[in-house]
Amino acid sequence: MRRRLFALASVTALIAAAALPAAALAAGAKASLTDIENDVMCVSCRESLAVAQSPQALAERNYIRTLIGQGLDKAQIEKQLVAQYGTSVLGRPPAHGFNLTVYVLPPALLLVGLGALAVVLPRWRRRARSEDAVAVAPALAPADARRLEDELTRYGG
Amino acid sequence: MPRFAVSGLVTVLAIALLALLAFGVAHQGGENTSIDQSIARGVDPPLPNANLPLPILGASGTQTISALRGKLVVLNVFASWCDPCRAEAPILEQEQRTLLKHNGTVLGVTYLDNSTDSETFVHQEHINYPVVRDVNGNFVRGLGSNGVPETFIIDRQGRVVAVRRYQLAGNWLAQTVNRILGQPA
Repeated sequence: MRRRLFALASVTALIAAAALPAAALAAGAKASLTDIENDVMCVSCRESLAVAQSPQALAERNYIRTLIGQGLDKAQIEKQLVAQYGTSVLGRPPAHGFNLTVYVLPPALLLVGLGALAVVLPRWRRRARSEDAVAVAPALAPADARRLEDELTRYGG
Repeated sequence: MPRFAVSGLVTVLAIALLALLAFGVAHQGGENTSIDQSIARGVDPPLPNANLPLPILGASGTQTISALRGKLVVLNVFASWCDPCRAEAPILEQEQRTLLKHNGTVLGVTYLDNSTDSETFVHQEHINYPVVRDVNGNFVRGLGSNGVPETFIIDRQGRVVAVRRYQLAGNWLAQTVNRILGQPA
């Protein structure tokens, strides 16, 4: 049981460790058009601004350039973009309402899956062991053993 | 018994995930042509989201379309990055002069446009009619708009009586407005 808990805690720590550097980078990052383009959407064409080439995307890109020129950092620029285009401009939706499922569901499913495996795997292993034990046939009765020996001798001879 | 519990749990989770997926897809909002279909049937639908407060471009405060009840409104959805919107701007500005004499107005609604660019557009095209902003696109989505420009004519009772889903050209706007102005208020 303790081993199982330790395994679950290790996996949780690994997930957190993977998520933290990204969040730290996003918080204090210096603004660059390339970086922002990867994290925001072209709101009319509904694709990443990094690849969008529509007139609206070009206008949005110019607006970001203007904001960078004003010395705003990445977080401030994203805030401005939301004020101008709404939350649909963000590549990662804000964590409230239905959008919360994007953040909650995958780790929750991962934990449920790990929990289910932690319960089911030992049970499967125990069952497999007991089936192995059943597979070893019980010793033959002396009379049957003798009969088998006779048959084998007759056919082999 | 535990085996049933695990398979039951998996089934419930799968159903819950499918329901979540269905909910998400249903709320994505596909193409909405209900206004066009209603008008084609001869039933003028009320303007959707008429009570939604929309920020006024270049000023503080908001404006709802329902507050314009009693006026004939030519609602034009546009964006500064849209070349056909620029091309039709003179037609709208000319119609505004006619409408002002008949208790009506053109109302511009910006679509996925930042306010700086919208204001520059308004200045460059000498637009004198009021313009509001649909920041999240919620108002425009209710009209079934998927692009710009689009023009909706709303009668004095707040019903959509005509729709143009692409650039204005020729006399369509003037003729349609005149036809509606000829109707009893």
